[in-house]
Amino acid sequence: MQIIKDREIVEDNWLHLDDDTELHAGNITVSLSRWQSEHDRLSHREGGLGIRLSGDDPLEEIVPDLSYFSLIVLVFPVFTDGRCYSFARLLRDRYGYEGEIRAQGDILRDQLFYMSQCGINSFEMANLNHITNALAAFDDFSESYQATALKPEPLYRRR
Amino acid sequence: MYQYDNYDQAMIDQRVAQYRDQTHRFLAGEMTEEQFRPLRLMNGLYVQLHAPMLRVAIPYGLMSSRQVRKIADISRRYDKGYVHFTTRQNFQLNWPALETVPDILAELASVQLHAIQSSGNCIRNTTSDQLAGVCAGEVEDPRPWCEIIRQWSTFHPEFAYLPRKFKIAVIGNTEDRAATKVHDIGLHLVKNHEGEVGFEVLVGGGLGRTPILGQQIRPFLEKKDLLSYLEAILRVYNRLGRRDNKFKARIKITVREHGINHIRELVEAEWVQIRDQLVLENKEIERVKQYFTEPNYEDDAAEDKSFAQMQVEDADFARWVKQNVVDHKITGYKITYISLKSPQSPPGDVTAEQLDVIAELADEFSLGEVRSTHNQNLLFTDVKQEELYALWLRLQAEGLATPNINTLTDIICCPGLDFCGLANATSIPLAKEINERFDDLDYLYDLGDIKIKMSGCMNGCAHQSVGHIGILGVDKKGEEWYQFTLGGSSEADASLGERLGRAIPKEDVVDTVAVLLDTYLELRLEDEPFLATVRRVGVDPFKERVYADN
Repeated sequence: MQIIKDREIVEDNWLHLDDDTELHAGNITVSLSRWQSEHDRLSHREGGLGIRLSGDDPLEEIVPDLSYFSLIVLVFPVFTDGRCYSFARLLRDRYGYEGEIRAQGDILRDQLFYMSQCGINSFEMANLNHITNALAAFDDFSESYQATALKPEPLYRRR
Repeated sequence: MYQYDNYDQAMIDQRVAQYRDQTHRFLAGEMTEEQFRPLRLMNGLYVQLHAPMLRVAIPYGLMSSRQVRKIADISRRYDKGYVHFTTRQNFQLNWPALETVPDILAELASVQLHAIQSSGNCIRNTTSDQLAGVCAGEVEDPRPWCEIIRQWSTFHPEFAYLPRKFKIAVIGNTEDRAATKVHDIGLHLVKNHEGEVGFEVLVGGGLGRTPILGQQIRPFLEKKDLLSYLEAILRVYNRLGRRDNKFKARIKITVREHGINHIRELVEAEWVQIRDQLVLENKEIERVKQYFTEPNYEDDAAEDKSFAQMQVEDADFARWVKQNVVDHKITGYKITYISLKSPQSPPGDVTAEQLDVIAELADEFSLGEVRSTHNQNLLFTDVKQEELYALWLRLQAEGLATPNINTLTDIICCPGLDFCGLANATSIPLAKEINERFDDLDYLYDLGDIKIKMSGCMNGCAHQSVGHIGILGVDKKGEEWYQFTLGGSSEADASLGERLGRAIPKEDVVDTVAVLLDTYLELRLEDEPFLATVRRVGVDPFKERVYADN
């Protein structure tokens, strides 16, 4: 499927494995519980590894493991659940995570701007039609008052 | 007052364009109502009983005469020629068409006004003391701090989808005219032992169906740490606040469920991590403060003798002065309330024609500025006392000189069943009945300071839980009934009202108010105010009288 990554539409090369499916070669993401129970197997296989987190998950518990992941998927069960905006900021600002952070689930085009400011850089959107139009949303605003993943100093230090 | 620079203006202009596109996509069927809902709410647009309602932010209640004229103009062209001021210093248009809202927002943006985050589960308009900067005894003017918070909270990318709405109020005075203890965060400018000015921070206050008073989370916060501390509270709330039940989602419930001590530990732990990154430098504080410097008050204003003379000559003027005019920190200047509680119109409502006159009078008499108040009235802050008589005559001619500030008829009232989709009962017609029944000014003045607050449902938009007399409309099998509480206050001595007893049918509400007042007049000691009497004797004597006949 196609996703938005770094403001471009690209083919996705990741597979999201549920907890019962056998491990594949290539790039896969797993749940937090699978990562915790199959830590050794997962960390010694070929291919990229990603982890899926939702707002319910204890973010701080995986911080020591961040170097294992080249992708962190933040799952939005409903678009009104804003917890993962904080997760994204913490991953970037506090824990120095530089890999891909992806939003997955119930995401609206009108949320892309704030999400990208929080440090999310790829987006799995359900409706393909919306993807092309959605790219414009990254330019909804040319400035913001706050420090963001894109501009690390708040406006009051730049004006 | 604050003036936008190119950055501020570009952001609100881009917001208008963004919302225009969102409205277009919604009307074209590219978005469901459910998806559009939070977007329109974050631009102030509710869908109400009869029509949409647009709530426009008045940042901490400050308006220029130019903005007031624009508000009048918008209400005439896009609505029915009047607006309604709310308890959070904002105003509402009750009848705009959904399709025209982007145009209204563009009109507002042309005078540096907006409806950004005036609704929705995000950080709302920051409110303050309506006497900020002009009353005596202030630790410091809270307005620059409100503006700094406005900018930090506007389009904050992390906090646009909070568990629930989030309201902040700031005061610089020990008298709390902004109801800070019933806000999600209340900020009090205070001096510490070393004489430095900073903030006392309260958290977890709120009204609605579970009224709770805010608790102190930090006794003293340095100014430079204001934004990092706010960000720490918001981040803890965003992660911890309940999302399973909207009635338990406000931070007041988070604080109640986890306890203030645990919340404090979490906030302080978060804050330690970010305080060095989000330091508010003096340069920025001074940049904002320069917009709120003291005007050039005239030295000879205090020499005037006519003000005292006219009060002797004209008893009506004297009565208005006594009730609607308060002292300014500069001798010779006065602060003047414009009552929006005349018996002729619903509480908080003002017509386009009146707004035009108010703008004109602001230019002529009060340095071109108008403020809105938590009590749903308007205010001129800088009137020379020698010009008050002329001002009063003009206000009187427009029906804007009702001398009832802080009296029984200065009622805080929500739109109720007449306008609101949530309401169970009417409120405006009852406010009118109360206003008509108790129209004897001498009686009102004898009663003194009594705050009636009346809401048409338990969401409590009129803050009935903190009314001296609180009246809450409830639905009983399709009929409108009213639950009374006594002894609430939102000021420095904040408390929640106590229930009087079982609900009262609509036709008996005004009589019940009359019985409560009679009881008070019998029980009070000398000049004891209503609230003090209730606190001294409790609700029982009132209860006995009200329910005596049944």
